[in-house]
Amino acid sequence: MNKTLNQKAWFFVLPVVALVAFNAVIPLMTVVNFSVQETFGDNVFFWAGVRWFEEVLRSERFHAALLRQLLYTGIILAIEIPLGLAIALAMPRRGPWVSVCLVFMALPLLIPWNVVGSMWNILALPDIGLLGRSLNAIGLEYNYTRQPFAAWFTMVLMDVWHWTSLVVLLCYAGLRSIPDAFYQAAKVDGARAWAVFRYIQLPKLRYVLTIAILLRLMDSFMIYTEVIVLTGGGPGNATTFLSIDLQKIALGQFDLGPAGAMSIIYFLIILFLSWMFYTLMMRNEDRS
Amino acid sequence: MEGMGLLSWMAWTWQTAGFFVFVFVCLCAMSAWECFGPGGAPRRGVLGLDTTRGDRLFISLLGSAFIFLAWLGFMGTPLWGGLAIAILYAAAVFRWV
Repeated sequence: MNKTLNQKAWFFVLPVVALVAFNAVIPLMTVVNFSVQETFGDNVFFWAGVRWFEEVLRSERFHAALLRQLLYTGIILAIEIPLGLAIALAMPRRGPWVSVCLVFMALPLLIPWNVVGSMWNILALPDIGLLGRSLNAIGLEYNYTRQPFAAWFTMVLMDVWHWTSLVVLLCYAGLRSIPDAFYQAAKVDGARAWAVFRYIQLPKLRYVLTIAILLRLMDSFMIYTEVIVLTGGGPGNATTFLSIDLQKIALGQFDLGPAGAMSIIYFLIILFLSWMFYTLMMRNEDRS
Repeated sequence: MEGMGLLSWMAWTWQTAGFFVFVFVCLCAMSAWECFGPGGAPRRGVLGLDTTRGDRLFISLLGSAFIFLAWLGFMGTPLWGGLAIAILYAAAVFRWV
């Protein structure tokens, strides 16, 4: 049977294309333009070539921020994905508790990012915060405003609290979509819980986990509000991630050229990591 | 490029405009190629990835960007060496990936 080639459906995509052009492509083009020029304001620009890229690529400040960013993203992915999956597996599949669990899980996601930062700021304060004071009371010296490790610990804890729910909800939706027939077949075969997880649930969750990893990867790379409210990038530069450093260069110092170059490098790294994760996980999917 | 009214805030230069025109021409060429040879020529290349022509263009452009960045970071300017490697890389991607 010959397929009829009908390209009219592309016209339905045009509104989205226009929207993306205005909110993504045009700003990105502007950033590219800024990245090769120098400005002292008043919309007057001077050609600088690739000087800003060279400067950013050889800057120790950028290397340190990138390293911190990669470490942070690695830590939160290593915690949130398994934890989210475990919670989703532990949640009830039917009954009145399903709604209760879902509402509780959705709550952290509904809280604005700056409020999350403020909440954890107050919670972790060493003298009056519940967390900070409790940790000090049991003999742990904890002060996230002075100790880099304590600042990282608080940041990671805050992120896990805020975003694990997203992984839970995605995994739970994925688990609910597995037909009962798979579980019945496993039961007939006498499969244990681990075998059901390894050979039924995990393969069926692959797409959902891909989405969860990609979302958390991109979001963690873009983390800004919570950090600026909680630590402001400190103590010192201990929690100055790429976004914080970029904000300092672009808005603090108003160096639009270096900020443009850094934005493009930042964008390329996110694009590459997202593509790599997506490709690897889709390749495994095809093989399985 | 002053005097372009609405577009002046974007701080266009002919070099950056040329770059975007190049990307746009690539996309148009790929669309034309798709019209003459529909299906995207899917295949499994040396990396074990299933790719279409569009995927190969994406891999070429993204990889080229990193080649230029690496060249700039390690060797500095001029970028002719990076350009030569990027062209070879893109040709290799379209041939074998």
